[in-house]
Amino acid sequence: MMPADALTISAYSLVNALGRGARASFDALEARRGGLRPCDFEDADLDTWIGRVEGLEDEPLGGDLATFDCRNNRLARLALEQDGFAARVSRSAARYGSERIGVFVGTSTSGVHQTELAYRHRDPASGALPAEFSYLGTQNMMSVAEFTRRYLGLEGQVMSVSTACSSSAKVFASAYRHIRAGFCDAAVVGGVDSLCFSTLYGFASLGLVSGRPCRPWDAARDGMNIGEGAGFALLERQPEDAAGVALLGYGESSDAYHMSSPHPEGAGAAAAMRSALASAGLAAADIDYINLHGTATEANDASEDRAVVEIFGPDLPCSSTKGWTGHTLGAAGIIETLFAVGAIERGFIPGTLNSERLDPALSAHVLLDNRSAPVKRVLSNSFGFGGSNCSLVLGGAA
Amino acid sequence: MSVVHVDSVGLTGPGLASWREALAVLAGADAYRDAEVARSAPELLPANERRRVSATVKLALKVAEEAMRGASLSMERACSVFATRDGDTEIIDKICEALLLPERPVSPTQFHNSVHNAAAGYWAIAARSAMPSTTVSAYHASFAAGLLEACAQLRVEGRPVLLVAYDYPPPVTLEASVGAYPPFAVAMLLSPEATSQSIAVDVETVTREPVQPMDCAALERLRVGNPAAGSLPLLRALARGAATRVILPHVNGLQVAVRFP
Repeated sequence: MMPADALTISAYSLVNALGRGARASFDALEARRGGLRPCDFEDADLDTWIGRVEGLEDEPLGGDLATFDCRNNRLARLALEQDGFAARVSRSAARYGSERIGVFVGTSTSGVHQTELAYRHRDPASGALPAEFSYLGTQNMMSVAEFTRRYLGLEGQVMSVSTACSSSAKVFASAYRHIRAGFCDAAVVGGVDSLCFSTLYGFASLGLVSGRPCRPWDAARDGMNIGEGAGFALLERQPEDAAGVALLGYGESSDAYHMSSPHPEGAGAAAAMRSALASAGLAAADIDYINLHGTATEANDASEDRAVVEIFGPDLPCSSTKGWTGHTLGAAGIIETLFAVGAIERGFIPGTLNSERLDPALSAHVLLDNRSAPVKRVLSNSFGFGGSNCSLVLGGAA
Repeated sequence: MSVVHVDSVGLTGPGLASWREALAVLAGADAYRDAEVARSAPELLPANERRRVSATVKLALKVAEEAMRGASLSMERACSVFATRDGDTEIIDKICEALLLPERPVSPTQFHNSVHNAAAGYWAIAARSAMPSTTVSAYHASFAAGLLEACAQLRVEGRPVLLVAYDYPPPVTLEASVGAYPPFAVAMLLSPEATSQSIAVDVETVTREPVQPMDCAALERLRVGNPAAGSLPLLRALARGAATRVILPHVNGLQVAVRFP
């Protein structure tokens, strides 16, 4: 990507355990007010903390969109309602034509919680799932992308990207390519993932969840917390209002190593970061801050640390914001990318909440406390199961 | 418009055991005869990984392997795009069943196999490829969405892309919700430049042109039933090798047109 090809993030919205709207997130980051709580998701019985979004239980989707009603799409709607996002997309739709704005949404588990609930209510005689269960409207991966398109009244390209925890970082790359290839003129990218039993019990079965708020890079780190959240961004080549942080580059790679363990030397992570820098036409020294994937599992932080230090050395400020939100899985890519936008706009680097004593075996310059500083360019990392890695570079528009 | 070069193809479906064996049927020389899809074991995966993969992943890897065996480019160099509407419903079913039991004993292996990009992850391991890979989904148009993503990658990044579309039938509990259909998978190695054996096609998005059905009723049922079999009109054109224009259904009344010059 040449600087002249950078896409401007002309609008964005956020919802996660820190609250509704981007401002709630940025204020909480600045005030070091975390969003995690002891697990109180439905009847889950797990000794862990979670990042739950309040109120989803009471806000069903109705009308034309009732077939999409599930926790994941309620969360998507909540994000689409924030920050004037839907109205800004409408203005762009009037400018480009509603069929020329593509929709690219990342999710790892979509509305699978609806299927989990349907299995609880099978017909005792036939085993059939309840008649009202809508697979295509809820569990199917495309559900949240199609819901988003319909909610925004768009009529063009739409697809979902599902590559586990890198999903909503990779939507930026897909949107960039579709715009460059001429398949659309602008894009709504998003990431939405909601709490469900599959991920809570699944990550627990792998021994990856912590019984306390997660502590990225801490010597005593013992796992992650599952969170939920959603984020959306409008990407344009030349928005009406030229201001805005831009997507300067992206890099993707595969570990080709293991389905759920990262490459121990961080080879895939390093390849994604190098490729993102190359795509942005930048050197490692041009980056002011890295928002780490930083899940607080033993393996992720060790692997990511090696990759970061190999490329950026031990002095570049880095942090993981998972201690505020939990790991929002398929939504983490865009949520943390938008945290990077907040860091640039507000001129502060969030520290790493909950962590107290950095692991002496790790070398990256991980900030524990927040820091006020001008931030021009940020690299954001997202790594997922299946060895799917994606790094994005954000910065002030050229 | 986006010119791409189809270097090689892999295929498996009922009565279509492989691309090589299906050529005569798709070209119209031989009659189509329905037959069950034979089980297969991925050849390139290390034995410890091979034990863990589901029938869905085996289906996807089978066509990826066939395409790469016939390719004029090396596996490690190719990026990949995987496209599937339903992912791995067998794994989802097993996890949902486990969640009904006391203690909710979700299997760690099933959990990591439940990600939509499981086939892509195993393919990277099998092909020893650290190249970028993505997995997309777009209801009945998942093949068309994967094709557009692959074309966009070829156009912007200028590297070969292995496109793999697959859908495997759901287990009985999910059949009424998901739909019943036979297994089908297709892989195409696409190159930004002509190779010694490639066929050039132009891909573009268009609106509201009629989609062409398959002549044979059984193949038409397959095309409509399994999202990956949405590729059949394109495969027919590739097999026939004559100048034509293929219309594949996309989303929102959009279509993807593939022109064979």
